[in-house]
Amino acid sequence: MSGSFSVAAMKKVVQQLRLEAELNRVKSSQAAADLKQFCLQNAQHDPPLTGVSSSTNPFRPQKVCSFL
Amino acid sequence: MDQTFLVNVFGSCDRCFKQRALRPVFKKSEQLNYCSLCAEIMAADGLHENETLASLKSEAESLKGKLEEERAKLHDVELHQVAERVEALGQFVMKTRRTLKGHGNKVLCMDWCKDKRRLVSSSQDGKVIVWDSFTTNKEHAVTMPCTWVMACAYAPSGCAIACGGLDNKCSVYPLTFDKNENMAAKKKSVAMHTNYLSACSFTNSDMQILTASGDGTCALWDVESGQLLQSFHGHGADVLCLDLAPSETGNTFVSGGCDKKAMVWDMRSGQCVQAFETHESDINSVRYYPSGDAFASGSDDATCRLYDLRADREVAIYSKESIIFGASSVDFSLSGRLLFAGYNDYTINVWDVLKGSRVSILFGHENRVSTLRVSPDGTAFCSGSWDHTLRVWA
Repeated sequence: MSGSFSVAAMKKVVQQLRLEAELNRVKSSQAAADLKQFCLQNAQHDPPLTGVSSSTNPFRPQKVCSFL
Repeated sequence: MDQTFLVNVFGSCDRCFKQRALRPVFKKSEQLNYCSLCAEIMAADGLHENETLASLKSEAESLKGKLEEERAKLHDVELHQVAERVEALGQFVMKTRRTLKGHGNKVLCMDWCKDKRRLVSSSQDGKVIVWDSFTTNKEHAVTMPCTWVMACAYAPSGCAIACGGLDNKCSVYPLTFDKNENMAAKKKSVAMHTNYLSACSFTNSDMQILTASGDGTCALWDVESGQLLQSFHGHGADVLCLDLAPSETGNTFVSGGCDKKAMVWDMRSGQCVQAFETHESDINSVRYYPSGDAFASGSDDATCRLYDLRADREVAIYSKESIIFGASSVDFSLSGRLLFAGYNDYTINVWDVLKGSRVSILFGHENRVSTLRVSPDGTAFCSGSWDHTLRVWA
C-alpha cells in the first residue's frame, strides 16, 4: 500500500527519537572536567608530551657512541 | 461529471475475499478490486493513514526539539573554558622518521599491529602490504582482485590481516612466514556487502570483524563461518568509517557517514544509542577518545569535532579559517590531549584537544593524507597518502 511504507519508516524514526530522549545526560561542566582529568592523569605516559629521548623511542636516531 | 460505477465485474473481493460485485480501486498504479463495503473501509483507512503519517511527522519534530532543549539545559560551560587553567603544551617536534615506499598508487588505509612495530597498508593499486616500520622492510604483500582497497586491519593476534574495497567484501588473510606458501591461497571471504567496503576492524579477538560499507550499513561477522552476527541500519547514506570503543567501556562502536551523522551503536542489539548531526559534510573518520567517554570526527567540512557521550553533545570544534580542505583521518595521542588529523591539503595538523588550539602543522606528504593512526604505545604515528607513501612520525 502506498502510505504504509512511509508510516513504518516514520514509526522507526519516532521510536529512535524517543529512545534518544530517554538518555541520562551529565552537565557539560562535569563532562569537560572528566576529559581534562583523564588527559592530565595520563600525560606522563604520553610520549609526544613527555618528550621521548632517542634511547626509548625506537624511531628516533640513536646517538652514536664515540671512543675517547 | 457522472460518477456512476459500472459494475461489470463480479468476483472475489481483494480484501474480504467474498463473492461480490466489485469496483476497481486505483492505488498509485496498482488496480485492486473491492466490494462496495471494503471500498468504503479502505477509503476511510487511507484517510486514517494520512493522519497517522502527519501525526508521526509532527511527533518526530517535537521530539527533535525536546532533544535539543534537554541537551542545551545541561550545557553550562565550554571545554576550552574548563581548560583555561591547564598548562599550555611546550614546543612540539615531530618529524618523519621513516618513509615507506612501495605502493604503486594512492595509499588508502593503514593499521598498526599490536607489536607496535608492524603495520599493514592498502592501496588503490590493489596491493596490501605488511611492513616492519623499524627497518622499512616489506614482510608480506598480496594483490587483491579489485582496485581501491579502501580498508585494511591487523588482527589482534598479529597473525592475520583483513582488507576489502570495491569488491564489496572483507577478506581475511592469515600471515605466514613460509616462503613457499601463497598468501592469497589461504584467503577467507568473511563479509559481503552490496556496495564498497569503506572500513573494517577486528573486535577484541581474531574471531569477529566489524565492517562499514557504501551500502549504508555496518555489520558484525564471525570470521570462521562468515556468518552475519548483527547488522546496523540507520545511516541515510554511505558509511565511511568506524571505531570500536576501548574494550573497558563495553560493546559499542561509532560510525560516520556521508549523511553527516556520527552514530553510536550497541553491538549486541544492533540499536543506535546516540546520534550526532553537527558536521556540514561527509564524516571521513571517527576515533574514540582513550577513556571511551568521547569521540572525535574529521570531515569534508574542514573541521574536526569532539563529541562527549555522557553529555550527549558536541563539545569542541577544531578549525581555522585558513583550513579549507577536508580532514580525512584523525587519531588521539595516548592521553587524549593531542588530536592528530590528516587533511586533503597534504598537511597534518596537531590539535590541543582541551584548549581547542592548533599545536603544530606537519608538512611532508606530496598529496592528500588519507589515513593516520597512532602506534599502540603512542611513541609514533603513521600517515598514508595519495603520494603513494606512508610516513612514520616521532
